[in-house]
Amino acid sequence: MIILTGNDLKTGDVIWWAGETNWSRHLSDAVDAGEEADAVLQREDAARRVNAGYSVEAEQTERGPMPLHIKDRVRASGPTVRQDLAIDTNIPIEKA
Amino acid sequence: MYQYDKYDQSLVDSRVAEFRDQCERRIAGEMTEDQFKPLRLQNGLYLQLHAYMLRVAIPYGTLSGDQMRMLATIARKYDRDYGHFTTRQNIQYNWIKLEDAADILQDLSTVEMHAIQTSGNCIRNISSDQYAGASAEEAADPRPWAELLRQWSSFHPEFAHLPRKFKICVIASDTDRAAMRLHDIGIQLVENDAGELGARFYVGGGMGRTPMIAPLIREFVSADDLISYCEACLRVYNRYGRRDNKYKARIKILVHEIGAEEYKRQVEEEFAHIKTLNLDPPRAELERISEFFAPPAFDAEAPTEVDLSDPDFRIWHDQNVAEHKNPAYAIATISLKPVGGIPGDATADQMDLMADLAKQYSFDECRVTHSQNIVLPHVRKADLYALWQKLDEAGLAPANLDLIGDMIACPGLDYCSLANARSIPLAQKISQRFADQQRQKELGELKLKISGCINACGHHHAGHIGILGVDRKGVENYQLLFGGSGAEDVSLAKITGPGFTEDGVVDAIEKATDLYLAQREEGERFVDTYRRIGMEPFKEALYG
Amino acid sequence: MAESFATGGVGDAQLRYRDDEPCAQPAVTVEAFKGQTNATAVRLESGEDARELLAMLDRLTLVVVHFPAFTDGRGYSAARILREAGYAGELRAAGDVLVDQIRYMRRCGFDSFAPDAPLDAAAVERALGFYDHVYQPTVDGQTPVWTLRHGGDHG
Repeated sequence: MIILTGNDLKTGDVIWWAGETNWSRHLSDAVDAGEEADAVLQREDAARRVNAGYSVEAEQTERGPMPLHIKDRVRASGPTVRQDLAIDTNIPIEKA
Repeated sequence: MYQYDKYDQSLVDSRVAEFRDQCERRIAGEMTEDQFKPLRLQNGLYLQLHAYMLRVAIPYGTLSGDQMRMLATIARKYDRDYGHFTTRQNIQYNWIKLEDAADILQDLSTVEMHAIQTSGNCIRNISSDQYAGASAEEAADPRPWAELLRQWSSFHPEFAHLPRKFKICVIASDTDRAAMRLHDIGIQLVENDAGELGARFYVGGGMGRTPMIAPLIREFVSADDLISYCEACLRVYNRYGRRDNKYKARIKILVHEIGAEEYKRQVEEEFAHIKTLNLDPPRAELERISEFFAPPAFDAEAPTEVDLSDPDFRIWHDQNVAEHKNPAYAIATISLKPVGGIPGDATADQMDLMADLAKQYSFDECRVTHSQNIVLPHVRKADLYALWQKLDEAGLAPANLDLIGDMIACPGLDYCSLANARSIPLAQKISQRFADQQRQKELGELKLKISGCINACGHHHAGHIGILGVDRKGVENYQLLFGGSGAEDVSLAKITGPGFTEDGVVDAIEKATDLYLAQREEGERFVDTYRRIGMEPFKEALYG
Repeated sequence: MAESFATGGVGDAQLRYRDDEPCAQPAVTVEAFKGQTNATAVRLESGEDARELLAMLDRLTLVVVHFPAFTDGRGYSAARILREAGYAGELRAAGDVLVDQIRYMRRCGFDSFAPDAPLDAAAVERALGFYDHVYQPTVDGQTPVWTLRHGGDHG
């Protein structure tokens, strides 16, 4: 599956596309953008609902959508060395 | 320390207003991100893995207690109560909001600080020796020259869109604590035969994916020609540096491709022209700046002996205190490398404490080092014990300066969107493996430097032991390198062989240090033994 | 030779900080300019050497410096080189010229602008108005701080 991420323009928060014009702070809310990925990113960027958006290859797991690349898993989890600042400590960083 | 006059303040205030306007236009959609990006970068604002990151300039690594206190205030007010001191003597905050960015710059401007040109393809913050003005061996304090270059390079209209970033370093002693020859321009202040101070220019050094040691371009540039000569160096680069490939755009590639002799010829030709334009400031300007760096009022009565009867204090003193040019004073390094900690990170409370200690014990001055530590440059020997006690209470007294525990690590994949692998967890594991003080001391000077990607912010090429994090099919992997140095014995480290897992690299380092202990001759550091016996025995120990 | 005629002739400048009459000729390439002794306007591409024009400055009334991308800073050096050599005619920045670059361009000697996308005049005025001072002397005649501090009044 293809999920979309980027940052909130004003706050810089990492956000995940949750369908239509919705973006969530949580990876678990991400939905498959499929073949619409580029079109959605273009539309959402133009509306400034996301900044520096890009699409991420992911797989559906029992924890929800999980990016294939470690960088995006760290992105969804927060810094692994500061668990106190983490967004979601349940995301497996190492490859399953 | 340098203090702004109305002109410096006006320029920084103008920048805040300009950047506020640019941020508002971006938020209002009047600019695309592509258009905004170079503007925010030239104000130190990145978009990183988790949020915006702001890099604040600490010119030549020098700051006052009030400035350090403001850094703590920024951490509390706009970030998450901490900051990260970088290998370019700056500080960065990891959790910044775009809508706060202009307010932060405004707060910084009240203590004569800014984030101007801390990123982007322009002339960056000037770096220098953290012992400047305190060391006995320097030809002069390099900072007046660095400040002059700061002013010259700030808002320079011709050099704001260079092929790539441009880093200048100024030192003034033969001992190199600033990795001078790994800069785009490395300057060493020297005296000529007539006893005049001038600048020896090395051009075209750098780390990154193609590390190079800067060749000597000119033996002596007088103070009266400094700005013109820099203009010439930069103009040749701006015109002929490669713009077709981002990875070949640094000046080191230009100097390497055309050769140092040809680059020098072009610079001299350009310099001959530029010198006719009368661009250099009057000599009185360097003199004006120099007055701000006059030595503080040292206590002539202060004792020159230190009471080392407390054994724990003695360990710290032996490791973290360096000789000062005044025999009653010392240079104290505050290590930001506790066992298992995050190299270079400091909490807002720790910054406040360091600000207080600078005020109380070091003529209100502190320094940031490229090894991500803080220096109090002018501490009375009689105050060292009290200083150490306060540092120890706050977890700021690791006695590991230049030992394996004092490692450099970039933020890596925990924070950085360019990184391929995490640096910090590896640094933590290594520091835990070698936590024993006796063991570290036994290993002696050992500069370990970790980068999470080939851009080399963690200076891995310049490590006695360097580590480079790579992405191997989506899994973090670490290459090990030996034999680099960023000091006066500058050299570039070589890769040992196939990479390791995170735990594997910690084991490999232990095998290498065991081999060193077995092989070393009297007085040899790890890097000296490596240079003498070569890579083969190490390879054998690691992979055999 | 049609290909030697590029954009940058009469009326192409959106912003002009000069009082004289704009050059009435189209700007030709550097190669063409060398061969055409009656041409008075030339267009310099970002990779071309401005110093090639120095021997011919007396017959130039317009130099158009092209910026293929606003991040390509070679044109700033080209402009200064021309002004440093005494060129007093119109110096136009054309191409990917954005509001936030105008001030540095002015400092390097550009006095007219032909951006690919028209600029908002009010935004340009604002962008030019933020700073009262400069550290470095360039070719724009502004008195640098270094001179002001030591009692001089021009750089």
